[in-house]
Amino acid sequence: MDPVSILLGGLASGMVLFIVSVGLSVTMGLMGFVNLAHGGFAMLGGYAIVLAMRHWGIGFLPALALGFVAVAALSVVLERLLYARLYRASELDQVLFTIGLVFVMTATVTLGVGPETQVVQLPDWLRGQTDLGFIKYRTYSLALIASGTALVIALWLGFERTSFGARIRAAVDNRRMAQSLGVDVGRLFAVTFAIGSGLAAVGGGLGAEILGLDPNYPLRYLVYFLIVVSVGGLGRVTGVFYAALLIGVLDFVLKIYFPKGGTIFIYVLALLLLLWRPQGLFVKRAT
Amino acid sequence: MLETKGLCRSFGALEVARDIDFRLERGARHALIGPNGAGKTTFVNLLTGVLPPSRGKVLLEGEDVTTLAQAKRVKRGIARTFQINQLFRGLSVLENVCIAVSERLGVSGSMLRPAGKRADAIEEASRLIGMLRLHTDAGRRIVELPYGRQRLVEIAIALGLNPRVLLLDEPAAGIPSAESHILLDAIATLPKDIAVLIIEHDMDLVFRFAERITVLVSGAIFAQGTPAEIAANAEVRAVYLGNAA
Amino acid sequence: MTAARQLAERHRFRWWELLPWIAGVAVFFAFPTYLSFGTQVLITILFALSLDLVLGYAGIVTLGHAAFFGAGAYTVGMLAQHLGWNEPLSGLLVAALVAGAIGLASGLVLLRTHGLTLLMLTLCTMTLLEQAANMGAAWTGGFDGMPGLSFTKILGLFSFDALYFRSQYLYVLAVLFICFVIVRMLIYSSFGQSLTGIRENLLRMHAVGAPVRARQVLAYTVSAALAGVAGALFTQANGYANLAVLGLERAAGVLIVLILGGYGRLYGAFVGAIAYMVLEHVLAKAYPTAWQLGLGLTLIAVALFARNGILGLGDALRRRFAESAR
Repeated sequence: MDPVSILLGGLASGMVLFIVSVGLSVTMGLMGFVNLAHGGFAMLGGYAIVLAMRHWGIGFLPALALGFVAVAALSVVLERLLYARLYRASELDQVLFTIGLVFVMTATVTLGVGPETQVVQLPDWLRGQTDLGFIKYRTYSLALIASGTALVIALWLGFERTSFGARIRAAVDNRRMAQSLGVDVGRLFAVTFAIGSGLAAVGGGLGAEILGLDPNYPLRYLVYFLIVVSVGGLGRVTGVFYAALLIGVLDFVLKIYFPKGGTIFIYVLALLLLLWRPQGLFVKRAT
Repeated sequence: MLETKGLCRSFGALEVARDIDFRLERGARHALIGPNGAGKTTFVNLLTGVLPPSRGKVLLEGEDVTTLAQAKRVKRGIARTFQINQLFRGLSVLENVCIAVSERLGVSGSMLRPAGKRADAIEEASRLIGMLRLHTDAGRRIVELPYGRQRLVEIAIALGLNPRVLLLDEPAAGIPSAESHILLDAIATLPKDIAVLIIEHDMDLVFRFAERITVLVSGAIFAQGTPAEIAANAEVRAVYLGNAA
Repeated sequence: MTAARQLAERHRFRWWELLPWIAGVAVFFAFPTYLSFGTQVLITILFALSLDLVLGYAGIVTLGHAAFFGAGAYTVGMLAQHLGWNEPLSGLLVAALVAGAIGLASGLVLLRTHGLTLLMLTLCTMTLLEQAANMGAAWTGGFDGMPGLSFTKILGLFSFDALYFRSQYLYVLAVLFICFVIVRMLIYSSFGQSLTGIRENLLRMHAVGAPVRARQVLAYTVSAALAGVAGALFTQANGYANLAVLGLERAAGVLIVLILGGYGRLYGAFVGAIAYMVLEHVLAKAYPTAWQLGLGLTLIAVALFARNGILGLGDALRRRFAESAR
């Protein structure tokens, strides 16, 4: 494979990681909550999208929208009923709770649908290849790259230019200060959690071809999501973007050249990076 | 004994400590007062090493301890209590003080001998608990105690470290005023050459205890002197005492 | 009894502390066909005990403890497979040393961080070792692992019995007993007391002058060595090692076992391992997915209402009883 193809393949993977992980980064930065079940929302979204397309004949894009809404709604319910009770709890309790939640999600999907890997039927306009001039590459992968880039720009604008975004940034930096300035932190959490989980759902569906879609999805990719979020920095959208691309490209390349355990280099790199900069690679040094 | 020279600390544009030159003499009975947000707790955090300064030095008995970690400063003799109790909540009062005493005695690294056999640590902890009138609660866990009693445990821990410099951050806050004499009595039993610095809002306590008072406003020293001088200082009255006295 | 007397007597052996061991020996005679299962339970108890030292006492939340279990398992496996060194007791010692060394190295490095970063790095370290084992297939057998390992007689007298696990069971029981005595001694020592302090209030421990990081690293190292012993026992008793000994499933599994039993209490590992594995043995074989669902719901309930596990519930009940008796 030539370098450009490899790069594009890696970027596509990275984009999927980004779309799924960005929500985790923001909610973890905002709520300080260790949510190991985030991958579960991505999985549920993926399943919802696949099933809607298969059983209701919905098109790909409408299915993505449906997945977003359905999982966002579910996540709000879970957040208000369960997550909110553990915001002040210890890290251990949060870990326990979210692991339990992942088990419930995994079992539900296995019982409801089955243990097999689900395949997404991509619409015709995403199949085949596109000619970019200097290279012909999979349309699907190029679409992923475009979507991810569009998303990071949209999120960046949202964070920097809207008052909602400003409130999130304030609360990430200093929750108590934001509260005393009148920000309704509870509602902020719920809305942000919903959007983050909804995005994960879209990522689960969009990336089903690349990351796969089966009941073990949440635990299989847990380490990657956590690495992307830690290296990128909690609550830093652009940081997560770069980190996701980095991990995506590395994973893609390593799996080609060192299929047996090559991904070890990612873990070594993550270890070194986080020891050097525990706040994340792309975060400005806090005073 | 404990000195700061040009101590500064800022968070971005916010200066919480401004060029503080402070001396705490041997045997001092010193009080630090000031309006809310003046930076008193920040100052104690700088003294104890919880917070590193942006500029300036902290000296203990002439030795520069500015870069020394918190735990090491404790070993050199600086002990503090926290504004909000920092106790081992699931453990009993006796265990709380025992941990501090064992640490001081240098036996808490021992992995073989049971902690229960450290009769010296247990005895001393019991004595301190008795001195602060906590003996009826010695076996009870911190979470089961009212806040005021917890506050006294906080003091007991600091005393158990046998410090040369004792920094008390609002020690009486939360203690019913009827019991605040317990606190003063405990301090009165301390060896005379220990330096004690109290941050307090309770002016009654301050004037009963202090031989010297420093007033901190907006991170800088506003006034210093004997209680009489401070009470008479018109500017201090205006800024702070005027509302409380 | 005064508080001081209570504290001074806390480390004394109580008569009922003999019960688990009597029960352990009784099982040997009463359930001769279940000794293979019993051996797995004992190994899990040791693994959970090692985790308790680091999680329940030092307060370090780790999702990567299987790294040390796996290190011990693979050490013994590789010694047997490649060096023909299959004497069990010395194998245990080497496994403990290797796992302990990895624990020391990773502890020194990881324990500079805390919270989410630390949790993430423990997971990272374990996955790193898993990939290393995958990569070094020439040494470790890669994905297939090392099946069909055999070991010489224990103390030259008792041979491993692949069918009924008779010697394995008693061997593991004996090792567990020795390790338990060591852990118990550590817990009740002043060192153990300071670990509890670190767990309860980190800031306060700094403020009493404790060398917190050194204590944490020491606890982490000892815990890693014990986990390594558990892993080594696994390979010796079962005769194989594969990547599953290093996986997230095993790490999450031991965490669940400990929490269910009750962490920070010496016997939580026992209660949790026995309860979990018996239930799993009965239920999971029949209805694996329903088991996972039930387990998930139980974990959620525990996190919300019963964070101190079975022993914690027992404590709470006892306290309720004592209060109503007054």
